[in-house]
Amino acid sequence: MALPNSEFKNTKNLMDRASVSQRIKRRLQLNEIFKYVFLAGLVFALLVLSTLIYDVVSKGGGWVNLDFLRNFPSRRPEQAGLYPALIGSLWLMMLIVPMVFIVGVGAAIYLEEYAPKNRVTSFIEVNISNLAGVPSIVFGLLGLTIFVRIMELGNSIMAGALTLGLMSLPIVIVASQEALRSVKMELRHASLALGASKWQTTFNVVLPSAIPGIITGIILAVSRAIGETAPLIMVGAATFISTTPSSVFSDFTALPIQIYNWTSRPQAEFQNLAAAGIIVLMTMLIIMNSAAIYIRNKYTNRH
Amino acid sequence: MNQPNKGFSIREMIETNKKKKYSTTNVFDKVMPFLLFLSAFVSVVTTVGIAFTLGFELFKFFERVPVAEFLGSTEWYPLSADQRFGVWALVMGTLQITVIAMIVAVPLGLASAIYLSEYASERARTILKPILEVLAGVPTIVFGFFALSFVTPILQALIPGLQIYNALSPGIVVGIMIIPMIASISEDSMSAVPKKIRDGALGLGATRLEVAIKVVMPAALSGIIASIVLGMSRAIGETMIVTIAGGSQPNFEFNPLNAIQTMTAYIVQIAKGDAGYGTIEYYSIYAVGALLFIFTLVMNLFANWVTRRFREEY
Amino acid sequence: MMKQKELKGDHEVNTTTTQPNETVMQKDSAYVVNNLNLWYGDDQALIDVNLDIKKNEVTAIIGPSGCGKSTFIKTLNRMVELVPSVRTNGEILYHGRNIFDRDYKVEDLRTSVGMVFQQPNPFPKSVYDNVAYGPRTHGIKNKKVLDEIVERSLRGAAIWDEVKDRLNENAYGLSGGQQQRLCIARTLAIEPDVILMDEPTSALDPISTLKVEELVQELKEQYSIIIVTHNMQQAARVSDKTAFFLNGEVVEFDATDKIFSNPTDKRTEDYISGRFG
Repeated sequence: MALPNSEFKNTKNLMDRASVSQRIKRRLQLNEIFKYVFLAGLVFALLVLSTLIYDVVSKGGGWVNLDFLRNFPSRRPEQAGLYPALIGSLWLMMLIVPMVFIVGVGAAIYLEEYAPKNRVTSFIEVNISNLAGVPSIVFGLLGLTIFVRIMELGNSIMAGALTLGLMSLPIVIVASQEALRSVKMELRHASLALGASKWQTTFNVVLPSAIPGIITGIILAVSRAIGETAPLIMVGAATFISTTPSSVFSDFTALPIQIYNWTSRPQAEFQNLAAAGIIVLMTMLIIMNSAAIYIRNKYTNRH
Repeated sequence: MNQPNKGFSIREMIETNKKKKYSTTNVFDKVMPFLLFLSAFVSVVTTVGIAFTLGFELFKFFERVPVAEFLGSTEWYPLSADQRFGVWALVMGTLQITVIAMIVAVPLGLASAIYLSEYASERARTILKPILEVLAGVPTIVFGFFALSFVTPILQALIPGLQIYNALSPGIVVGIMIIPMIASISEDSMSAVPKKIRDGALGLGATRLEVAIKVVMPAALSGIIASIVLGMSRAIGETMIVTIAGGSQPNFEFNPLNAIQTMTAYIVQIAKGDAGYGTIEYYSIYAVGALLFIFTLVMNLFANWVTRRFREEY
Repeated sequence: MMKQKELKGDHEVNTTTTQPNETVMQKDSAYVVNNLNLWYGDDQALIDVNLDIKKNEVTAIIGPSGCGKSTFIKTLNRMVELVPSVRTNGEILYHGRNIFDRDYKVEDLRTSVGMVFQQPNPFPKSVYDNVAYGPRTHGIKNKKVLDEIVERSLRGAAIWDEVKDRLNENAYGLSGGQQQRLCIARTLAIEPDVILMDEPTSALDPISTLKVEELVQELKEQYSIIIVTHNMQQAARVSDKTAFFLNGEVVEFDATDKIFSNPTDKRTEDYISGRFG
């Protein structure tokens, strides 16, 4: 069937060599332009990171020295240090790690190895994924009511550790589940076929293989918890303290709280102190994250 | 190769061991599944704890302040003699921060995601992706410091009349904080689109740009939307950046150049202050906290629903 | 109703329904399977299986893909129950007891019945720890005893000379064929009565395959061996009796020589001669 002449002419124009190659040229130009536009997005992130590091280091670099690490906070900037905050953060870490290990890995083992595929299990998993999205300050409110008031732990380091621990649980559970999942089924079968019970199989075969992934997850979760300020404020971490914790029921402070305290002071020197505190905090985080990455890489390439 | 003569029988040894009914193994086998279940149930207990905490204290708050005032008024003056508890002033603060943060984070986050997923070579990815991961790991207190000590002065230089406490500076920094989240979730979603689909389009002569915009992004849309919604949820719940750089002046005006107070910053202010247990101010933080929790919960559930419902099956 | 055939003097072979415990066995049975049916959900995978598997013999199970041979062997040590939708009906008598009895602990069964899998699956532990895993699991802790068990088992699996200087090295450093023999040693370490082998050589190279087949011949003096194989020549080489499965049913079960030279059922003959499968 012959096309009417005018239509035929139009299609011919659209597809003729010259206009097609012109359009292609334009499309390719657009492609190149946008390629750099998109790259700019990433470059912006890099820029911000560099600026942030520069800002912090320039304001605080000169203030980080051994005295800074050893001194107690003081109204006089030259004498101020973050010793109790550093000790407090270390205490928190030491309390949080066993908590999340036992509860978090236990939960992960249950969900991966024992839980039947029913609605109770789905409910638990949905719960965990929702908890991961709850703002940290809401955990602070929870900690204030339950740990500080109802359990009468007061503004103690225990209350702080419990609050941060609960907050870290979802991350640890999910990371541990993934680590357990990555252990091949055949290994479980081999163990069961030798007459081992389910628990023996889980404890002697599955868990050892999953440990590197689990440890990585815990390190990452704890390093996030250490940087949190809001929950600790809610739970009553002290902003001016003259002692380090003597027991889990002592008052305490932590690095982010001390940094926040210094940031809130108007004098310029306190901004320097805050920056110095940030350097110490970031250094700790870099060490922890590097350790996590190292462990992950070393043990993933085993076989 | 023949088995040498048995000096002892393994079978007999195992039999003897099995006869011990209450060996440690048996105890563990029976008890562990239950203990493990309890560990998993802790998460449920936590959620119940949050709901109970917020609900209980919220109830106490509404004993003293009418719901109508809380949800109906836009004036929030809890610390003045003439107390007002209209929560919308705080919500407006949170809203301003969220809007500004999204304006910053969505284009930059998506751009990064598109570049990483559609343009970058393997080598480029190994260098560039860690940058986003490092940014994601920066504690919010550090961003708060950065906002007040670096971003605000620069903005003040650029915008005459900008107050030291404003919504613009923390809004931008919250946006920066969220970029890695949007970028990584969107990028995961885009990378999940199979190579075949891209190759098909490229084979027809499409440029990478066209493939990215017209083929990959529509296919990855559910993940992209989820990332944006989750980013918003994160912005709403953000505390330290807005506390340090945003100020403590709740007002209902949409003016990023003025000081504001967000829901989260208010909670911090009261917690650090002198409001004792049992005062209205004390209960008010739970009321605000409950509203905050509801907002973020709804958004998280929505993001999950979008992901599940509209995920493309390949 | 029993059908009996006399072959080579000392066997009774039943090819239809048997009454349990009624027959006078001249040779002891390792397993007596009576009217076994198995379903994965709604799909029936095993239909009315009846077999009398004798001790100290190598029994081969052959058949085309999907005929149920793997399912069957996994039922013998109840590993098939790891699939949640599995249902069974019928009985399997082992040492006179029905393995499906409520008070028969499945761990006890699996201690007495070992299994070697298609893909070698050693634990990511040392060679020593792999072999010692079974005994340790069952409470044997004395180092000297374990040392002896490990050596014995590795010798029994014809791999001692190759690994005796590498006992503390990770098992993953061994070749595929060595790993499979290690898995056999691991099974020997708990001194089972029966060894189940689910296509043990299909992932191995020909030389390793030969070594394993030789091993099977040696082991049958001490153990009863049931081996699933998709390789008919292997069945012919290695086994004393062969069961031919098709679509979940036992079509024929007889001495290997008979199955491969003069099968009774036409379907068996068709499969053996390669007309299908």
